[in-house]
Amino acid sequence: MNSKLLIAVIAAILVALPFIGLDSYPLHLVIVILIWSFAYTGWSIMGRFGLVSLGHGAFMAIGGYVTALLWNELGLSPWIGIPVAMICAGGMAVLIGYPCFRFRIVGHYFALVTLALSEVVRQVIIATRDTTGGSLGYTPERHGDGWSVIALQSDDRTIFYFVALFVWMAGIVIWRMVDRSMARYALEAISEDEDASAAVGVQVTKEKLKVTVLSAVMTAFAGAMYCQYQMFISPDTIGGVGISLQIVFAVVVGGIYNSLGPTIGAVITLLLAEVLRIWIGTEAACITDKICLNVAGVPLLVYGIMLVLFIIFLPKGIVGACADRWRARGNNGALAK
Amino acid sequence: MLRVEGLSKHFGGFTAVDNVDFSLEKGEILGLIGPNGSGKSTIFNMLSGTLKPNAGSIQLEGKEIAGTPPHAICGMGVGRTFQIPRPIRRLSILENAALAGYYGQAGAVTREQAWRSAEEALEMVGLPTNADASIDTLGAAGLKKLELAKALATKPSLLLADESLGGLDHSEMDQAADMLKNIRAELGITIIWVEHIMGVLMRVVDRVMVLDHGEKIAEGRPQDVAADPKVIEVYLGSDADEVAAAASRA
Ligand SMILES: Nc1ncnc2c1ncn2[C@@H]1O[C@H](COP(=O)(O)OP(=O)(O)OP(=O)(O)O)[C@@H](O)[C@H]1O
Ligand SMILES: [Mg+2]
Repeated sequence: MNSKLLIAVIAAILVALPFIGLDSYPLHLVIVILIWSFAYTGWSIMGRFGLVSLGHGAFMAIGGYVTALLWNELGLSPWIGIPVAMICAGGMAVLIGYPCFRFRIVGHYFALVTLALSEVVRQVIIATRDTTGGSLGYTPERHGDGWSVIALQSDDRTIFYFVALFVWMAGIVIWRMVDRSMARYALEAISEDEDASAAVGVQVTKEKLKVTVLSAVMTAFAGAMYCQYQMFISPDTIGGVGISLQIVFAVVVGGIYNSLGPTIGAVITLLLAEVLRIWIGTEAACITDKICLNVAGVPLLVYGIMLVLFIIFLPKGIVGACADRWRARGNNGALAK
Repeated sequence: MLRVEGLSKHFGGFTAVDNVDFSLEKGEILGLIGPNGSGKSTIFNMLSGTLKPNAGSIQLEGKEIAGTPPHAICGMGVGRTFQIPRPIRRLSILENAALAGYYGQAGAVTREQAWRSAEEALEMVGLPTNADASIDTLGAAGLKKLELAKALATKPSLLLADESLGGLDHSEMDQAADMLKNIRAELGITIIWVEHIMGVLMRVVDRVMVLDHGEKIAEGRPQDVAADPKVIEVYLGSDADEVAAAASRA
């Protein structure tokens, strides 16, 4: 099929979604998926180059908490708060990334350092519970009813849907811009051989830092969006190791080397989590009165099993596998002629 | 153009390069020879910034570059090849060279300029310039050519060619020698050429420098060096005949 036509049809459906009788719960799900998709896309912008970060929960939490704290404590509008939060996340990315890249902490070691970052940020939120509410969570103050431009708050899902749709599309555009840039070649080369890359003039540390900061800033933005939409954040919903892992699971499932991979990953994992939640319920599932399953852990367990299966059987994720099949079919067709 | 003084490198207690001095005139081809493990590649790694010297100075056009990071040295016009080729396998042949053309040239270049210098470099060494030719189509000789093309795409004024590796037969080695001669003749690039056997090298280079256990043991015109008793002693054994042959040829 003509791919331009396909895109036009999908775009039309997406725009029409709130008006074709999609009621509030499905629309809510779509909004949440769009916001997470943007975060996942942000992660994969660096993840696809072998920079596997397990610290993106920290960037997301910084995005949400800084924005909300500035609003509640100083009355600063999110229009200022979100950029400040993004700068904070970018600064944190430099703080953690520069020493790692300078001293060649790569692969598993990089993943471990960033994993520690997730936990440190979560611990800071819990330690400052007098201000941040700790693990109980935090709520930005309502700025009256209806919707307020200055507070970036809205009761109206439709408005939020369009904001989220726009943000999601911007994420895809950024992913593709990186994909078409010279930096992509440099980063592919770096991920394979740092010395050989440096020998042909590539500034290894700088290129890695650039993409890490971009990724962190995007993820912080997603955190802020999530906060503005849900009007509630907690270390477990947008931060910590759990969220960091969720990001990685989703991208691996969807496909790390395609612009739409993270989005498909978000659709699958979030719908799955939703189904599991409804199916299992929210009460603890007890086999006997001694042995109880922590239900919060069930989606994580399912994710974990899926992750292992995907890494073994579909390492390029669903989108990558489909793209390969599509291409193979095209080639066979050409041979048949 | 290049002046090296007291250059030394230790790995733990082991001295790989020991207090080496040499200099290089513009337009010259200097042969750097020595048996396995004599420190040739280590000298290249220091000249190109991949390794930091423990002592000594390296002056390029009068500017101290010892300890400067490799990407910066590349930008100053020093191109290098790796002894064991290190292509980026997930990029095509052309993209490998284009990466070097984009990031390695002095000053900012456009993508078009980068791709053009990549094509020129690939043509120079005789590799295909079509966009999707894969690295996997290259054999040992092809990979060595790609190393050269990557270095050339950065438009160097000094080329460090680490060619010392078996796996090339005689005609391929002659080809490599002709290529380096061409590179100097057509592009005016100054070259240091590393080999561990003397053979073909002797008829191309203007001057030879011999290393043994990290120390410089001889330097001069090829025919004089080949006749030097110290050099003959180092090469006694497997390469002795070759030295004699080289001496008579030179
Ligand atoms: N990174 C390193 N760490 C430890 N030892 C090293 C390192 N690099 C080189 N060496 C040692 O330094 C010595 C000189 O090595 P070098 O690679 O410079 O030799 P070479 O003259 O290039 O030999 P060849 O002709 O085999 O290429 C060798 O004994 C080698 O084992
Ligand atoms: Mg060597």
